[in-house]
Amino acid sequence: MANAEVVLLDFWPSPFGMRVRIALAEKGIKYEYKEEDLQNKSALLLQMNPVHKKIPVLIHNGKPVAESLIAVQYIDEAWKDKAPLLPSDPYLRAQAKFWADFVDKKIYALGRKIWATKGEEQEAAKKEFIESLKLMEGKLGEKPYFGGESFGYVDVVLVPFYSWFYAYEVFGNFSIEAECPKLIQWAKRCSEKESVLKSLPDHKKVHGFVLELKKRLGIE
Amino acid sequence: MHNSKMAEELKLLGAWASPFSHRIELALKLKGIQYQYIEEDLSNKSPLLLQSNPVHKKIPVLIHNGKPIAESLVILEYIDETWKNNPLLPENPYDRAIARFWGKFVDEKILQIALKFKLAKEKEKEQIIQELGEQLQFLEKELEGKEFFGGESIGYVDVVAYFIVNWLQVHQEVRQIVFISEEKFPVLCKWMGKLHEIDVVNGCLPPKDKHYAYIRAQIEAAKSAIK
Repeated sequence: MANAEVVLLDFWPSPFGMRVRIALAEKGIKYEYKEEDLQNKSALLLQMNPVHKKIPVLIHNGKPVAESLIAVQYIDEAWKDKAPLLPSDPYLRAQAKFWADFVDKKIYALGRKIWATKGEEQEAAKKEFIESLKLMEGKLGEKPYFGGESFGYVDVVLVPFYSWFYAYEVFGNFSIEAECPKLIQWAKRCSEKESVLKSLPDHKKVHGFVLELKKRLGIE
Repeated sequence: MHNSKMAEELKLLGAWASPFSHRIELALKLKGIQYQYIEEDLSNKSPLLLQSNPVHKKIPVLIHNGKPIAESLVILEYIDETWKNNPLLPENPYDRAIARFWGKFVDEKILQIALKFKLAKEKEKEQIIQELGEQLQFLEKELEGKEFFGGESIGYVDVVAYFIVNWLQVHQEVRQIVFISEEKFPVLCKWMGKLHEIDVVNGCLPPKDKHYAYIRAQIEAAKSAIK
């Protein structure tokens, strides 16, 4: 299969982009990775995602799929014969989609508050962030992955944020591992997988990126 | 054909004024599924609701054979996968992705902006209406040339969007402000008109007088809060 058949418009520190990278790697799909400069979006990006103008955008045979959760589900359905990410049972699928939605509603927004705010607002965000992670820890239970015995959809959706934990910890002055040791164990387990290893940037690089971002946004 | 035993096994926790609740009812009705509807008092949530959706404590929640499913878009997909007649989502993975995209768009863009309007100061309102118009244009364009978002029959995006656009139309009438005019949105308005004529669809709307009175009361309450 030609590389040009699958193209991913992405931005290296984006946890949303990482999800799509991981899904493509899990399925063994060859693709062309295109790094976007979000300060200077390409004509291709604006054409492929005119509604939101955001990454990631997966382009398959010229047809774009935007929104990371939608792209991951698309990958799972279009390449359904290998490494299924979602279970086949409708109830278990609904549970997985519910928790993916929870990650989107909570983890990203709260994480952003942790590095972008100070004082009371930051403390409140830290508290809710840890509560949300603990909820997910409870959901994981004794299973190796959220997907059960094998790595699945919720694992793909959540694990990218692991590359941001160091930045959250530095800016928030707290330890995520101290609060959620089982979740960190899970994250480390996931990181041993090649698909995750290849898709997550180094957490110190992410921290450096957030430092620069803060400077650019004028946030101390 | 429908037996009461099936109705016992399927419960929907909903709220009469919630567009999220209505979309689930429409999906179930389009598929001819029997269910028990349980009205929740959102100011006094039932133990069943709190137990079925401990994470968000929100309606709608579908409880199938004792197992709860929350989040309206998740529930819609569950219904579509469990009862395969009159499918809401298309079969082709790409078309499914597009349908999911527009469903998410309606909830994240149209609804969120409209909700901003509720709390906005006078001088901000003009800006919000403009923003809403820009987003509605995307939806208008997507529908062009089609009977329904689902093509020739009602589909996932129709079920998701109908109650949100209806919400805009109702607020438009009560507040006497134009959110979605026929001049600017002929395709969307025609589509709404068509859906308003379909019994199974309009049957999911709350009684008009009750709904209008409820919204008027909300507006009055918001005014006193801002004062």
